[in-house]
Amino acid sequence: MSETQLAPALAEIRDDFLALEQRERLQLLLEFSNELPELPERYQDHPDLFERVVECQSPVYIFVEVDDANIVHLYATAPKESPTTRGFASILSQGLAGLTTDEVLAVPDDFPQTLGLTQAVSPLRIRGMTALLGRTKRQVRERLATQA
Amino acid sequence: MAVDVDPSPTFAGYAHPERLVSAEWLLEHQGEPGLVVVESDEDVLLYETGHIPGAVKIDWHTDLNDPVQRDYVDGEAFARLLGSKGIARDSTVVVYGDKNNWWAAYALWVFRLFGHEDVRLLDGGRDKWIADGRELTTDVPTPAQVEYPVVERDDSVIRAFKDDVLAHFGKPLIDVRSPEEYSGERTEIPGYPTESALRAGHIPSAASVPWARAAAPDATFKNRAELEAIYKGDAGLKEGDDVIAYCRIGERSSHTWFVLTYLLGFENVRNYDGSWTEWGSAVRVPIAQGTEPGEVPVR
Repeated sequence: MSETQLAPALAEIRDDFLALEQRERLQLLLEFSNELPELPERYQDHPDLFERVVECQSPVYIFVEVDDANIVHLYATAPKESPTTRGFASILSQGLAGLTTDEVLAVPDDFPQTLGLTQAVSPLRIRGMTALLGRTKRQVRERLATQA
Repeated sequence: MAVDVDPSPTFAGYAHPERLVSAEWLLEHQGEPGLVVVESDEDVLLYETGHIPGAVKIDWHTDLNDPVQRDYVDGEAFARLLGSKGIARDSTVVVYGDKNNWWAAYALWVFRLFGHEDVRLLDGGRDKWIADGRELTTDVPTPAQVEYPVVERDDSVIRAFKDDVLAHFGKPLIDVRSPEEYSGERTEIPGYPTESALRAGHIPSAASVPWARAAAPDATFKNRAELEAIYKGDAGLKEGDDVIAYCRIGERSSHTWFVLTYLLGFENVRNYDGSWTEWGSAVRVPIAQGTEPGEVPVR
């Protein structure tokens, strides 16, 4: 609920977007899009592990890993022809990096709406990122359930 | 100040060959006064990753739709937009985009609502341009501001509203969505569940012709004979028919509207942009389910 709960990396990303003019926000989203890391080699040949985020207009697949230290790792892949979706995935992958399962689950569900992108990108498209976050959290819960 | 029509024999068979240009034509005419190239994509960032040199961007969502009301921008906003892109009322505009020119056709349709006369599609769109290994740039042009007149949108000729559809029963309707949406197995296009409706199915009596049937594998339009076989053969349209096409929000049906109007020469084709997101949530409108068109409702 309160802003203090937002993980520092996510808060920084949000503040970076909000500091920019509308047009520049798209450029920043493009930078994120270009920064979406390749999948680690061990996952490149395992499309079976990945879940399609059907709420996104373009094909995007995610896979969540929780390591022994209870840290969440989000892996995502989306085609180059879908830069907006890649940008959304990259924001979450960078913003959630290093967070524990509890911290990821505490990320407000409306985080995507707080980035100031609804005007530059359109509310409809932003829903794709909301779905990405929702599915990431669900996978975290599933991993926790299998650990328990 | 219109730029020459593409004389390519590929287009000669269509009813209005002047509405299409080839990449070769574009390269030949690039930079000519009076020509503006516009990219219009589904993905709002695709233009920024690289576009045809000199092309400006118009986004269907953030530029052409009213931000508050479910409608297109008004005459003043349209004039501001086009003026800022260096487009004059007599400019030749060539639109291209991703996904078989799906969104490009939508932009073209909106241009026609405002009566912009000379607006054409680049056959094959962005996909073919890239597949053919042609040049892309990330340089964004900065066109000089142009005076575009404030023209009121004319919604009476090529746009249909829900009441127009109700009054249209007995005349042909074309549903251009996927077979699953048509039959009512799902309310949304695969991959687009955020744009759904409360009920599933189709408008009774509408023929199912998924929009992409009009496109060849290389994203260009199929030839006249192939298109006739689909729309006059399979869908049963006849010369002189008054037709309404619809999809989910009016984008895919703009593509079909383009095919029927400019490639096959139907003179009375309207696009129902409210489409399934309106019809499938409206109270007390008739709906048919299954793979058959269903009876014309009695009013």
